[in-house]
Amino acid sequence: MRLFPTTRIPRDLPSSYARPRAVLAVSAFAAIFSLHRAVSAFAAVSILLRGVFAFAAVFALPHADPVFAQAASESGWFNTDRTQALVLGIILTGAILLYVVLASAGRPLFIRKIAGLDTVEEAVGRATEMGKPILYVPGLNDMDEVQTIASMNLLGHLATIIAGYDSRLHVPVRKSLVMSVARETVQQSYLSAGRPDAYQEDDIHYVSDAQFAYAAAVDGIIVREKPAACFYLGGFYAESLILAETGNSIGAIQIAGTARPPQLPFFVAACDYTLIGEELFAASAYLSKEPRMLGSLKGQDAGKGIAIVFILVGSALATLESITGSETVREVSEIVLWLFR
Amino acid sequence: MDVTLMLWIDAALTLMILSFLYRDNPFYKFAEHLFVGVSAAYLMAVGFWDHLVPNLLGKLFPALMSGVVPGAVGRSPDYYYIIPAVFGLLLLTRLVDRWAWLSRWALAFIVGGAAGFNLPRFLDSDFIIQVQSTMIPLVVLDASGNLIWGASFSHIVLVLGVICGLVYFFFSVEHKGVLGHVSRAGIWVLMVTFGAAFGYTVMARISLLTGRMEALGAWLGSIF
Repeated sequence: MRLFPTTRIPRDLPSSYARPRAVLAVSAFAAIFSLHRAVSAFAAVSILLRGVFAFAAVFALPHADPVFAQAASESGWFNTDRTQALVLGIILTGAILLYVVLASAGRPLFIRKIAGLDTVEEAVGRATEMGKPILYVPGLNDMDEVQTIASMNLLGHLATIIAGYDSRLHVPVRKSLVMSVARETVQQSYLSAGRPDAYQEDDIHYVSDAQFAYAAAVDGIIVREKPAACFYLGGFYAESLILAETGNSIGAIQIAGTARPPQLPFFVAACDYTLIGEELFAASAYLSKEPRMLGSLKGQDAGKGIAIVFILVGSALATLESITGSETVREVSEIVLWLFR
Repeated sequence: MDVTLMLWIDAALTLMILSFLYRDNPFYKFAEHLFVGVSAAYLMAVGFWDHLVPNLLGKLFPALMSGVVPGAVGRSPDYYYIIPAVFGLLLLTRLVDRWAWLSRWALAFIVGGAAGFNLPRFLDSDFIIQVQSTMIPLVVLDASGNLIWGASFSHIVLVLGVICGLVYFFFSVEHKGVLGHVSRAGIWVLMVTFGAAFGYTVMARISLLTGRMEALGAWLGSIF
C-alpha cells in the first residue's frame, strides 16, 4: 500500500514530473499564501530541511558513498598519496597560527588600505541623513560556503555601525540557514552597540531558494525602498549585474565583494567600490583591527609568499630542463612538483 | 494543460517581468510575488521529497517509507540518522524564545563543519593545483630545439601575471617602491581579465535573451 496518492505520469514526460498530489496541493497553497508575502513559514520548514539534509549528508557519507567507503576500506585512515597536501596544510596553518599567537602577544601588525571599506561608515552616515534604509545582500550561497561566513562577519561589523547611527538595516536572504545566522549576528551586534531595542528581526528575512526569484524580489525591494547604500558581499552568480544595475539606477552608494571571478567584472562596472576576491576575506580583519584576525591575515600572506617562491623555483627549473635537457635538473624539478601533486 | 494557455501564461509573465525595464508597476509586482511564492513552495516540496524523505525518513523508518523510497524495501532502520534528525529539530527551536539558544549548537556544527570540510578542498583547488599549473618553462622549444615564440610569450605572461596578482593580494605590507609597482601591474592583469570575462559573459546572456524572445515569438505566432 502506498502512503501517499501520486499523480498519473503521462508516458511522454520524464519521471521527474511525478510529484505526489499532496506536494502539488502544498505548492498551490503556498503560491497563493505567498502573494501576501507570508514566506517566513516556509523559511522555518526550509531550515528544518536544510539542517537535516546537512547533518544527514555528514553522517551518511561513509554509508552512502561507495567511493568513500571503498577508499576508506582500502586505504585505512591515512592516505599516503596525499602526504604532501598534509605537509603543505601544516606549513600554511602553522604560519597562520604563528602570526595569530604573535599578534595576540601584542606584536603590532600592519594592514594596507582597502579601498571601499573606508567608505562604509560614510555610506551609513549618508543613509541616516537621508532617512533611508541600508540594504545588505549576503550572496546566494549557504553557510557551507566560506564567502558567506566572511559575509556574516562583515554584516556583524556593519550592523554595529548601523546600530550606532540608528539607521535601518534590511537583509533579504536566499538560504534559510543564512537567515538564522544573520539574525543571530545582527542581534549580537545591536546588543554590543547598546541598542538591543533597535533590532528588528523581520528586517532579516527569507525570500526564496530560487536564484532569479530572489533577484526579482531584491530588485523590487531596491526600487520600492530606495536604500541609500547597498552592500553585495558574498558569493554571487548570474544575478550580480541585475542587482548592481538596479541599485545603480536609484543612485545608492554601492559596495560589493565576491570571490567568484566571473561576477567581479559586473560589480566593478556597476558599483562604487568592489572588494576583489581575497579582499572580501580580509575585510573583517580590516574593519575590526582585531589582533587575531590580523595575525591570520599575516599568516595567509606568508602562504602567498611560499607560493611565489615555489612558482619561481619551479618555473626556473622547468626552463633549465627545457633548455639543457639535464637529467639532474629534471629530478630536482620532479621533487618540487611532487610537493604540489 | 492546454498548450495555447501555457503559451499565453508564459508570454504574459515574461512581459510582466520585462515591464520592470520601464519602471516598477503592479504587473511586475504580481509576477515577482508569484515567482517568489511558487519557487519557495516548489523548492520546499522538492527538498522534502528529494532530501528529507529518502535521506532521513527512509533510513529511520524504511518499512513505513517503502512505498515512496524505492531502496527502502527490506532494509533495517539505520539509527545513526537520529543524530541529524535531532540537530535538524534543534534548528527549529529558534521559533521558541526560551529554547532558541539550542539552535546555536546546530549552527555552530554546520559553520565549523563547513570550514573544516572546505579546508582540504580549497587547499587542493585554490593552492596546490594553481601553483603546480604555474610551474611551467618560460622558454618553450620544439623537438629540434627551436624556440616557439608564441608559447614562450604565453608562459611568461602567465607566470608574471600570477606573481603580480599574488603580490596585489598581500595585505600585511605597504604597497610602496618595487612592491607597489608589481602590485599595480597585478591590478592591471586583474582588470584585463575582468574585461575579457565581461565580454564573454555578456555574449552568454544574449543567448538567454534570445530564449525569451523565441518564447514571445512562439506566442505571437500562435495569434497571427
